[in-house]
Amino acid sequence: MRLSRSKREGLTDLWLAGPATLALLAFIFIPVAIVAVLSFTNYQFGALTFDWTGFDNYIALFSSSVGRRAVTNTLIYVAIVIPFSVGFGLLVAVGLYQMTQWAPRWSNVFKTIYFLPVAATLVAMSVAWQMVLHPSLGIVNQALFSAGLPTPSWLSDRSLVLYTLAMIGVWQSIGYNMVLFLAGLAAIPAELYDAAEVDGAGGSWSRFWTVTWPMLGPTTLFVMVVTATNAFRVFETVATMTKGGPAFASDTLVYALYREGFVYFKAGYASAITMVFFAFLLVLAVIQFRVVARRVHYR
Amino acid sequence: MKQSLRSRILPLILLILGAAFILLPFVWMLSLSLKPQDEIFTTTISLLPSAIEWSNYTFALTETDIPLFLWNGLVMVTGILFFQILFAVPCAYALAQRRFAGRDVLFGLVVAALLVPFHVTAIPIFLGFAQIGILNTMWALILPFIQTAFGIFLFRQFFAQLPTDLFDAARGDGLSETAIVWRIAFPLALPASTAFAIFSVTAHWNDLFWPLIATTDPSLATPPRGILYFRDQESGDNVGPLMAAAVIVTAPLVVAFLLAQRKFIQGLAAGGLKG
Repeated sequence: MRLSRSKREGLTDLWLAGPATLALLAFIFIPVAIVAVLSFTNYQFGALTFDWTGFDNYIALFSSSVGRRAVTNTLIYVAIVIPFSVGFGLLVAVGLYQMTQWAPRWSNVFKTIYFLPVAATLVAMSVAWQMVLHPSLGIVNQALFSAGLPTPSWLSDRSLVLYTLAMIGVWQSIGYNMVLFLAGLAAIPAELYDAAEVDGAGGSWSRFWTVTWPMLGPTTLFVMVVTATNAFRVFETVATMTKGGPAFASDTLVYALYREGFVYFKAGYASAITMVFFAFLLVLAVIQFRVVARRVHYR
Repeated sequence: MKQSLRSRILPLILLILGAAFILLPFVWMLSLSLKPQDEIFTTTISLLPSAIEWSNYTFALTETDIPLFLWNGLVMVTGILFFQILFAVPCAYALAQRRFAGRDVLFGLVVAALLVPFHVTAIPIFLGFAQIGILNTMWALILPFIQTAFGIFLFRQFFAQLPTDLFDAARGDGLSETAIVWRIAFPLALPASTAFAIFSVTAHWNDLFWPLIATTDPSLATPPRGILYFRDQESGDNVGPLMAAAVIVTAPLVVAFLLAQRKFIQGLAAGGLKG
């Protein structure tokens, strides 16, 4: 009787948790193992056999100029997006937080506007950005032209395209960081501001440096890591606007893995790109855990 | 916190400038979608159309496959959300309210799975789907996402806060565990479900990566994929309808966001942190 009961309980657990566990294994853990193995082969999609090639794919990635390009472009992109997106996100959050004191409705309107790109379909917005930045019909170059300024080819100039994409990346993520900072600001106890005022730090500038900034330090670290994690995955804007071009000037890791794997069907090489991408994200995840741990420590 | 008028003006101006930058592509997209053809192909600046021209929208909705793309997107996000809830909720309940061998291991797997971005698993899933011959089907778009470590995690945290007595009482009333999951735990988790649904629908409606890989058949294109088909066919001379299509594709989520801002911000903020 007891045994059959525990068996029944076991079957219930299996029935409840089994399908999800199987799905996790089938669509996450087994694929991760396969992609790791494939990265040491020369497998081509559709081929019947493959050879073990050791670290050849990784060597090819880091020794070919195209492969190195994808890595450095991604790092440059992330290095631009982090400071601008986090910096502007913080400024907007602080501005809106003070604005809630005297115009809560307007503060909310601004918050909605800044968050809009996070909810909007990035591919459609990329098509829109393409028209905004169109060499002759775009509003940016029309304005520059009528002001007598040079009109750059934002998306087809090799030396400019990566910065244009990074600017759009910043545009897309400011609102997200703003929300994280607003949460951080709301958690600062009001007494700290009163204390600062008593101590003579009454102006908004000195209030920011004596109270807000030190209290937001841990949040800022956290926001930086989250921004980096999302920036590393840049794909939609690249695929829509530049396809990694011109001449690989805007090639990034995820776009390279898409092109090598699913356009040229070089599964082995694309798996190596995938593993490098994954390694970057795992490093960030470790940093994130440490930051979160420290954040708990502070409180 | 008292503030002088002067200390309000500078931040306000900066906020307005920033908001103008954020709104620029939205305004330009709307403006072009409402402009007649000859007004688009002019080099003089006019932010707004001289007269509102709906024909671009008529064109996008009747002469192109945009309605089909919207339908595909709807079927895909509904299918994904349905299976995600179906798989994640019972598992989360078991993790939170039941004891069984391997529970901690399973929870460890869920947390580990949170660290794996979808891009990493794309090649093997593509190979597997090619092997069983389901590429270029709606199933190819839905199946990879039926697992959701994030969903399991979110629901588990929610269920763990519910009192155990509640479930013991339900068991005392003779309810089966399956009935407890769907008739008691799941309805109580409505806030978690809302946040999760918003995150899931937004992420998959907007995704381009997997639809680009798993389907080559235009009749299966989701909205982002479809917009690129449309743009590439028209080779750049049908800007008005293209912008109208972009507006139509973006509108459902943006309207939903405007109607339920707080829920959206909660859902997307939680989802974006999953690493």
